Amino acid sequence: MNTVLSRANSLFAFSLSVMAALTFGCFITTAFKDRSVPVRLHVSRIMLKNVEDFTGPRERSDLGFITFDITADLENIFDWNVKQLFLYLSAEYSTKNNALNQVVLWDKIVLRGDNPKLLLKDMKTKYFFFDDGNGLKGNRNVTLTLSWNVVPNAGILPLVTGSGLGRDSWESDY
Amino acid sequence: MTSFKASLRKMMEGRSGRTKAQYLAATRRARGGSAGSRPGSGSADASGSRPVRARPVRQPFRPPVTSRPLRCPFPPLDGLAMLSLDFLDDVRRMNKRQLYYQVLNFGMIVSSALMIWKGLMVITGSESPIVVVLSGSMEPAFHRGDLLFLTNRVEDPIRVGEIVVFRIEGREIPIVHRVLKIHEKQNGHIKFLTKGDNNAVDDRGLYKQGQHWLEKKDVVGRARGFVPYIGIVTILMNDYPKFKYAVLFLLGLFVLVHRE
Repeated sequence: MNTVLSRANSLFAFSLSVMAALTFGCFITTAFKDRSVPVRLHVSRIMLKNVEDFTGPRERSDLGFITFDITADLENIFDWNVKQLFLYLSAEYSTKNNALNQVVLWDKIVLRGDNPKLLLKDMKTKYFFFDDGNGLKGNRNVTLTLSWNVVPNAGILPLVTGSGLGRDSWESDY
Repeated sequence: MTSFKASLRKMMEGRSGRTKAQYLAATRRARGGSAGSRPGSGSADASGSRPVRARPVRQPFRPPVTSRPLRCPFPPLDGLAMLSLDFLDDVRRMNKRQLYYQVLNFGMIVSSALMIWKGLMVITGSESPIVVVLSGSMEPAFHRGDLLFLTNRVEDPIRVGEIVVFRIEGREIPIVHRVLKIHEKQNGHIKFLTKGDNNAVDDRGLYKQGQHWLEKKDVVGRARGFVPYIGIVTILMNDYPKFKYAVLFLLGLFVLVHRE
């Protein structure tokens, strides 16, 4: 420890190992936490059209429009290791063409420090609800779920689904 | 006495000018005054205790420096030359065996690193289990320079909302985006669409001409874990290749020349 270089070297090595230990501590203390909270979804209006899919392959596909409400309290999820929550509302259904379809209709980023209580009414979807084909007409069982991706400061990136979901069905009507 | 023995004895005496008995007497103290001492030989203690003698410390074997230190012909540069050549003297002092050992050590380090990397590839099932985020299209979740740990297991099918790292056909840079839509057929074939969190539109503009969906074969892995900032070194090395060569060169030099 008698030259500037060796002092700088050991200081650097020490701070690097302290930071690594802190990062690992952040990860291990929150790795097994349950990040699920109850969520209430309600769909108020549904409309269906059949148009050319202008976002993708130009075939006539079913286009759905829904208006929905979300009530959720996300406060218990935030802790020292959560940087943000990426919320997304997805619709899941099955059709003749495809055994499983999942489409994200709306998403939101909730950063740490933002208001964690969600009380959204009459929200329109952000993304077009196109089906791959004409499978929405008369579809009895379309399930809407609100899920979120927990982005930590350091550690695992889990995908968590809110407990409680909304279900709706399309009438056979365009 | 045979003449051979006589001539041998003479030869031995001639070397040091003493007989065997004289030699033993003279070195008895140095050898510890052992039980082989003759009666009446003088200054041995009556109690018979051995005088305590420190053992000589063994020095590590250093072959003698056979070359003379070189002198720079220009006197003003003498100091500088001496500095760099002191360092080279250290290298020259290593004999062949130590040099081979250093090289083998270096080889061991490189091959263990390679084995760890390949082992990770097998465990995660992904061809690149650790990636660095290169663009800002997933902000504020991931910034440039963050490290992502990927898995690509077949048992976990791709679902909406997952963060996938994929490569577009014909381009070699992997992209980190989120899955927006999936359509899965009965036989398990999945086609999906992606979008970056910070982008306004989905990725159809990024795909190949005429390609509307991505498939499993384009996927490098799904992001499961995340560590911030560590990948900045990789980005620096990519943006400034001279920096990368300098670091590798210094590292190699240090490992080869340093003794331990």
